[in-house]
Amino acid sequence: MNPAAQQAWNEGAARANAAYQQQRRRYTIDPITRLEGHGKIDIFLNDKGDVDRAYMQVPELRGFEVFSIGRPAEDMPQITSRICGVCPTAHHMAATKALDDLYKVTPTSAGRKIRELVYNAFMLEDHALHVYVLGGPDFIVGPQAPAAERNIVGVIQKVGLEVGKKVISMRRRVREIISYFGGKVVHPVLGLPGGVSKALDSADLPKFQELAKDSLEFALFTNQVFHDIVLKNSDYVKLITSPDFTHKTYYMGMVDEKNRLNFYDGLLRVVDPTGKEYAKFPVQQYRDYVAEHVEPWSYMKFCYLKPLGWQGFDEGPKSSIYAVAPLARLNASDSMATPQAQKAAEEYFKTLGGKPVHHTLANHWARIVEMIQAAERILELVNDPEITSKDIRLVPTQKPSLGIGVVEAPRGTLFHQYETDDRGIITRANMIVATQNNAARIAMSVERAAKGLIKGGQVSEGLLNMVEMAFRAYDPCLGCATHSLPGHLPLAVNLYNPERQLLRQLIQK
Amino acid sequence: MPTKPKIGIYWCASCGGCEETVVDLAEDILGVVEKVDIVFWPVAMDFKKHDVEALPDKSLAATLLNGAIRSSEQEEMAHMLRRKSQLLVAYGSCAHTGGIPGLSNQFSREHMLRYVYEETPTISNDQKIRPQLKFQEQGREVCLPELRHVVRALDQVVEVDYYIPGCPPTPRITQAALGAILEGKLPPKGSVLAPDIALCNECPRKDTKPTNVAFAEFKRPHQKLLDPALCFLAQGVICMGPSTRCGCEAQCTKGNMPCTGCFGGTGRVRDQGAKMLSSLCSNIEPRDEEGIDQVLAGIPDPVGTFYRYGLAKSLLRRKVDLPIS
Repeated sequence: MNPAAQQAWNEGAARANAAYQQQRRRYTIDPITRLEGHGKIDIFLNDKGDVDRAYMQVPELRGFEVFSIGRPAEDMPQITSRICGVCPTAHHMAATKALDDLYKVTPTSAGRKIRELVYNAFMLEDHALHVYVLGGPDFIVGPQAPAAERNIVGVIQKVGLEVGKKVISMRRRVREIISYFGGKVVHPVLGLPGGVSKALDSADLPKFQELAKDSLEFALFTNQVFHDIVLKNSDYVKLITSPDFTHKTYYMGMVDEKNRLNFYDGLLRVVDPTGKEYAKFPVQQYRDYVAEHVEPWSYMKFCYLKPLGWQGFDEGPKSSIYAVAPLARLNASDSMATPQAQKAAEEYFKTLGGKPVHHTLANHWARIVEMIQAAERILELVNDPEITSKDIRLVPTQKPSLGIGVVEAPRGTLFHQYETDDRGIITRANMIVATQNNAARIAMSVERAAKGLIKGGQVSEGLLNMVEMAFRAYDPCLGCATHSLPGHLPLAVNLYNPERQLLRQLIQK
Repeated sequence: MPTKPKIGIYWCASCGGCEETVVDLAEDILGVVEKVDIVFWPVAMDFKKHDVEALPDKSLAATLLNGAIRSSEQEEMAHMLRRKSQLLVAYGSCAHTGGIPGLSNQFSREHMLRYVYEETPTISNDQKIRPQLKFQEQGREVCLPELRHVVRALDQVVEVDYYIPGCPPTPRITQAALGAILEGKLPPKGSVLAPDIALCNECPRKDTKPTNVAFAEFKRPHQKLLDPALCFLAQGVICMGPSTRCGCEAQCTKGNMPCTGCFGGTGRVRDQGAKMLSSLCSNIEPRDEEGIDQVLAGIPDPVGTFYRYGLAKSLLRRKVDLPIS
């Protein structure tokens, strides 16, 4: 045991003894841990100093479902986007699609294409943010690199200033597609039942066509960067495929009529841990397949496959836990929807041992494959003659009662459900955010990392980095449940001895 | 070399959109960023609370705080940053006026917890388990923070020097405000750092704004096709522009949707929602009660329409029977 750990252990033991003498008085967790941030992990050790239990907690709740009551349904795309300022477009679009379903109105063809254009642009820029700024630095700079370098600055040093500039300017330009139609890039306003509020002026088309070409080039370039830096390094590949970062669970994702991956619309498909189709259903049936479990130690609810029942935080064939997000979407679909993305996906599966891929860290690569599809789809859409049509919206005529809208958010399947009176005023709402679907698997990943790294009371100095990596691969948008940006979740880890006394507190550096 | 002024950026009950705006402006204002030393910004940098606590009081030139205040820990953080900062700036709608989370002041905390953990369509919780502030299992104890009864704006908790409005603020007004702070060219304490005139002034549709309007009915945005060039009020669609401060560059009306009021009222307006309500209602065409009711049926959610971002800070503040803290 190193001297610092020894000292901490001794101090903890002394405290434990003192507490025991005071009728086993509980050591109160210092509120500092909660002030530190919006994610917290408590780790309890057993008599051997190994990990007995780890709790990953989400300490916040804002209650959007409740204060949606009494609001006009058409305000929901703008109100629910405030669930998350990082993925506002996902909430905006899920809500808008729920309005289509509520009013039983099918958007005009051009309206749908504009939505898809905006949505794919969002998917591309959001994934790019994660690859270059949030999660990617772990690989591009290196998991063992000093923490001070594992950030966008470190990425720029590694890939070069020109590339860094290209990343920043591409992301900004792609975000311009969102603000063109949505007015604002953070909390856009375009969504209405039956279509969108604003058409594309044909005078502006050439600019977007140019941008689309550059986007695809950029996505392919990102794939190349990943190959050069990550895949050519056998240590990284070993890390990605290591058991510490692997869980055999179910996977969910949205697919089109040919079982190709789709971000915007389609059927939901679930595959089991062997990759076999377990279910495929229209989104309106989601309540038959998805249920939420409550634990008393977190404000976050844990989703599971309803027909299988809650089986605890366990993996394998008897588990009811499923994952969402890029890794899950690639597993749950038969193929990508665009040719170059498909080529990239084939290589991905070949390298990682075929379908399904259970390695959490493979999310990073899957995310890049999805960037290619998003870019290819943008290119298709801006070259579609209908994209400049002025026929962008139908005014709904049906009486509303129930609407369900689902999209694939960058971080996974996102459900919005509204029930209204016949004026379209919300009487009941339900939202299951992407990260909630992954919550159980994330909790398992955290415990796995903790158990793998803490032995005999020894806390490896790499613990936090490794725990964070397990965590960050999901790109967890706890902002949706709390208000943290993905990948930079301030994390506090508390370590308790067998007497349940706080032994050591580690703060992410 | 003189030391650079220290700046802090922190979030409370918010969505992260304000942080995105700061990220979005980063490449634009490298000039400004070079002039300051950011000592606390949890989203992007690893400086911690104890690093800030270790600094002498008033050693931060300014802190931009976004998000509303709902929990005890957010309250505590606001107090700490107030002590450490010469200037505390409420950044964005939630800190400025409570923001969209403030709409929950129409509902009790118990209502919210009961619905979320016991009554949603997908919940499976026969034992009615709720997250506990202190949870014990085999001697292990883990804690969660407490949610207060109501959502508050920042200046309902601590003294605030300046406000930067918007949901989220734009990079442009953020840059201008930071410039003013750094150069010490600040208006009187308590000012909102954005132009003090109504949004209509910068709206491209302003020439079509009716001077003498009589509303025979109000249409909700989904109920009609919206003319992309005509003032929304002239189309019978409620637009908060007349009672809302400008500075956003009329982004929503450029997206062909009406203003929903995120920049708050102008300096002359005590209550943004009341101002809009009174000006609309005095222009309703029918004079008989039945006719008035018919027109007002077009505004089914007055609180969400007129106080979407400002309920917590408005004259209404909260449902009458809710406790304050």
